[in-house]
Amino acid sequence: MSADQAMKPVTSGNMGHEDSQEFVTMTIQDQLFGIPVLSVQDVLGPQAITKIPLASPEVAGALNLRGRIVTAIDVRKCLGLSERDEGDRGMSVVVDLSGELYSLIIDSVGEVLRLPSKSFERNPATLDPLWREVSMGVYRLEERLMVVFDVARLLNLKKAEAA
Amino acid sequence: MDDLLNEFLTETTESLSMLDVELVRLEQNPNDPKLLGNIFRLVHTIKGTCGFLGLPRLEMVAHAGENVLGKIRDGELEVTPVAVSLILEALDQIKAILTALEETETEPEGNDQSLIDRLNAFANSAGGAEYSGDEPADGGSLYERLGGAEAVEAVVDLFYRKILADERVSHFFEDTDMEVQHLRQKAFLTMAFGGPSAYTGKDLRAAHAHLAEKGLNDSHFDVVAGHLQATLDELQVPEELSRQVMEIVASTRDDVLGGSAPVDEAVTGEKAAPSPEGDSGEAQPAAGKTESASTGPGSGSKESSVAAQNIRVNVSLLENLMTMVSELVLTRNQLLQILRSQHESEFGGPLQRLNHITSELQEGVMKTRMQPIGNAWAKLPRIVRDLALELDKKIQLEMVGADTELDRQVLELIKDPLTHMVRNSGDHGIEDPAARTAAGKPAVGTITLNAYHEGGHIIIEVKDDGRGLPIEKLKAKALSTGLVSEAELESLSVQQINQFIFKPGFSTAEKVTSVSGRGVGMDVVCTNIEKIGGTVELKSEEGTGTTFIIKIPLTLAIVSALIVESAGERFAIPQISVLELVRASSNTDLSIETINETPVLRLRNRLLPLVSLRNLLALTRAEGPDGEVAAEAEAEENFIVVTQVGNYSFGIIVDRVFDTEEIVVKPVAPILRDISIFSGNTILGDGSVIMILDPNGFAAASGEATTTDTLAESTEAARGTVSDDRVALLLFHAGDASPKAVPLALVARLEEIQLDKIEYSGSVPMVQYRGHLMPLIMIDDNYELKSSGRQPILVFSDRGRTMGLVVDEIMDIVEETLTVELKSTQSGMIGSSIVEGHATEVIDAAYYLTRAFGDWFEARGSAPGDEASRTKRVLLVDDSPFFLNLLTPLLSVAGYDVTTAENAGEAMAMCEQGRDFDVIISDIEMPGMSGFEFAQAVRNNTRWRDTPIVALSSYTTEADLDRGRKVGFSDYVPKFDRDALLQTLSETIAMSGGAA
Repeated sequence: MSADQAMKPVTSGNMGHEDSQEFVTMTIQDQLFGIPVLSVQDVLGPQAITKIPLASPEVAGALNLRGRIVTAIDVRKCLGLSERDEGDRGMSVVVDLSGELYSLIIDSVGEVLRLPSKSFERNPATLDPLWREVSMGVYRLEERLMVVFDVARLLNLKKAEAA
Repeated sequence: MDDLLNEFLTETTESLSMLDVELVRLEQNPNDPKLLGNIFRLVHTIKGTCGFLGLPRLEMVAHAGENVLGKIRDGELEVTPVAVSLILEALDQIKAILTALEETETEPEGNDQSLIDRLNAFANSAGGAEYSGDEPADGGSLYERLGGAEAVEAVVDLFYRKILADERVSHFFEDTDMEVQHLRQKAFLTMAFGGPSAYTGKDLRAAHAHLAEKGLNDSHFDVVAGHLQATLDELQVPEELSRQVMEIVASTRDDVLGGSAPVDEAVTGEKAAPSPEGDSGEAQPAAGKTESASTGPGSGSKESSVAAQNIRVNVSLLENLMTMVSELVLTRNQLLQILRSQHESEFGGPLQRLNHITSELQEGVMKTRMQPIGNAWAKLPRIVRDLALELDKKIQLEMVGADTELDRQVLELIKDPLTHMVRNSGDHGIEDPAARTAAGKPAVGTITLNAYHEGGHIIIEVKDDGRGLPIEKLKAKALSTGLVSEAELESLSVQQINQFIFKPGFSTAEKVTSVSGRGVGMDVVCTNIEKIGGTVELKSEEGTGTTFIIKIPLTLAIVSALIVESAGERFAIPQISVLELVRASSNTDLSIETINETPVLRLRNRLLPLVSLRNLLALTRAEGPDGEVAAEAEAEENFIVVTQVGNYSFGIIVDRVFDTEEIVVKPVAPILRDISIFSGNTILGDGSVIMILDPNGFAAASGEATTTDTLAESTEAARGTVSDDRVALLLFHAGDASPKAVPLALVARLEEIQLDKIEYSGSVPMVQYRGHLMPLIMIDDNYELKSSGRQPILVFSDRGRTMGLVVDEIMDIVEETLTVELKSTQSGMIGSSIVEGHATEVIDAAYYLTRAFGDWFEARGSAPGDEASRTKRVLLVDDSPFFLNLLTPLLSVAGYDVTTAENAGEAMAMCEQGRDFDVIISDIEMPGMSGFEFAQAVRNNTRWRDTPIVALSSYTTEADLDRGRKVGFSDYVPKFDRDALLQTLSETIAMSGGAA
């Protein structure tokens, strides 16, 4: 990815610099998303997921991650997107939220990018409220835009709905 | 919290609970010197430790208690209930102070003087004149005259300040913990002044041992003594007192300097202030010396001999270990599962070994959490004893299997319920001696606690040989609190009635005692036990006693669970709540039947309510043809997990049942916490996550689901009656031999009544039913009621009024197309129909309703239908489902095609759907759109503009009629005049038909 290459020198030169941050990138329906690398615990391929009846629709189920039970969240549902095509089981990014693990099911996971904070912008005001709710802002990459997930909000949303 | 204090609290609490038991035993065996010695030692130790830690209040109480015990041991006093009560009271006071101490880390404010005075007075009452004589006369001990704890504190404070300011001696104290030193000194002085202190020579030596080591000599001692003298002078201690103090201090010289004479002997021998101090000092050596021999200087080594075998481990460490072992067990299971799928694996051997080791480890760690149940019982003898005294009963408590072990977590949780149950047994169960003798029982009642293991569970029985549960009282109470109706009550077994005591607010005690009878209790007990996955069973026989059988799991960490499948998903059900598994299929005796689409199972002559896991969890059946297959499979063969929650048993319909597996319950993620049906989740041996069903949440959810479902379904069924003509019929016998049927939807309830409860109002028999009088109607005039026994009745109910139709036998519930083949000439019968291949008379419920209540319907009898009106379509709008159910068969019989709507809105929707009717019958009083508004709407509507509308109402005033005609009603019929209705209908249709 060209954006990736462009960023690489910056990454090596500015290790730990305050003006940049590392993100795990992922795509959902061709849109690039990012989660701060430090809050990502794991990246998983397709998993056997146990459905949880009566849970809110965004809860895809529970899975076993090396002996820990992780609640899987279908991010497509959170964003109000259509379901994945049949056969495409997607990938997961496992995040830690106050000691509890959640697996966010997305379409695919990309590279880890270090992005300078000067390329960060707040959410465009016209963004879909559903998206605005779970997005912290947008990074301008050379060729595309990356939406940064607010993980807490993403999971909090469900809590409010389930309650 | 200070470690020392913490240790003290733990130790003292243990001693106190031991004392409770021992004292009660002592009361029973007053002449057991060993027992007495033990008690004395325990109290003495408590007193000693208090003194050491500088807890004057505790110490004083303990000391006074010890006085009494000392007298008893010396034979000056006898073991009497009064004495024991007094000592127990002292222990209680100590406990109270300890509790406060635990919270605040300081002794609470307060005064125990009156208790101490009583203890002292008691000690002196038999204790010879030389003790009691002078004490009150000169106003108590030197200690009290000095001004008690406060004065001592002041003295010590000032004293040390002086010492530390003096170069000559200050270096002796420099590297000493002054706080400890203070406490020690205070305790010493307290003792020295004759205050309540357990300070003994060895302690004093221990306290000052380091001083002697540093070379403290006579001259130094003099310096220190001088400072004390100065301190006392400065504080204006009366000369006489200060002289005494100095004498005492002088007498300790040898001790402090490493001498061997025990100080307390010297002091108390001389002062004879609170006398028993002397006694204890004198009599103690045997016990005291042996102890000190092993302990020597330094107070910390006291537990050394015990410490070799026991260590105190923090509970949280054990909990941690347990969690890790649980994880290990899970991993082991996973490995074994993998192994099973592979043939000839070289891992086989080592894995088997790992398996064994893990099992042993699990067992071992479980054992560390295990405690004998006796620990939970320790308080009980005391409670029973107090209870017996208070209630003036004679009760003995027998405890069997006290060494049965169970998880400490479980132990903690059952402590209170058990205590409560024993109290109840003593209070409610055991009669007073007179009554017992009169009943031919021994005057002493017995409460037996029995604990034993049984298949992964621990069973605890609480049994008394008292009067048992008073069935009649329970019944009366149940009625008066409105828990059940009389008719329901009559049909309940003794066992079921007994279960009422588990209902909230249910107490049969005539008076509220301090012990029980407040009506909170057994329900709480039950809930608490269920909370930890246990069950309470109750057996009672009036006159001979009651037994509670508590069944609880050994541990909460690992549970055995049954793995089931429904709609392709697996779930775990905790084994403890599973009673049995039943395979039901349509081609065996056991098949699922439905009442109004609610599935039930006949299991050993009982009707078991069923819930479908699929429905309850809203599991979507796989779409398409697969779904069909699944649905069919459900009909053909089902597994039913018979589950019990409390006293409510029900069956869970599942598709498949797998194995049972040991699972570790893990809490669900926070965002799933609000789903009450899951108690947790876990990872199975094959690595998959599985949800654990909570039978309690399940019962609640299913109970609710069933009630709401029934409501929803009953209306649905009512509509179904019309659409597909299949009606659920209740078949029964009454009067003659021919079977009779009534649409089930009309029947509110099936009841059984006790015939001797029937009362008469005029000539009409009635029974009290749910707080109201319910008239009973016979199937025909020739029918005669028997005078005793039980009789099934069908209860019809509408708008607060109920009536019972007396029948001989309720046979079955079937679903049949109701076609009346032959009309009946007999009143009360609609006609005959073929039901299950038999000619069956379909009864006219309306006829019986009018017989019960003249004003229910004003006319009776079924008018012959107008043949011309056949296939005429009628829309019936009424908000009462009952009324709809009642009129629908009636009109059907009369040859109309009836469609029903429960409100005007529903009717208007039908209009918009393009449905046509020949006539509309509408109620006037309806929620939402009233009949008048509805008529107006219909008239303004193009499609139905010309459809005649007949108004039905129970109110027929001139004004109503006028208004009705104005808004467009074609005719007006009083609601309960069925003849008029049929008449009007045929006339109306004839008119409009003629016009059309």
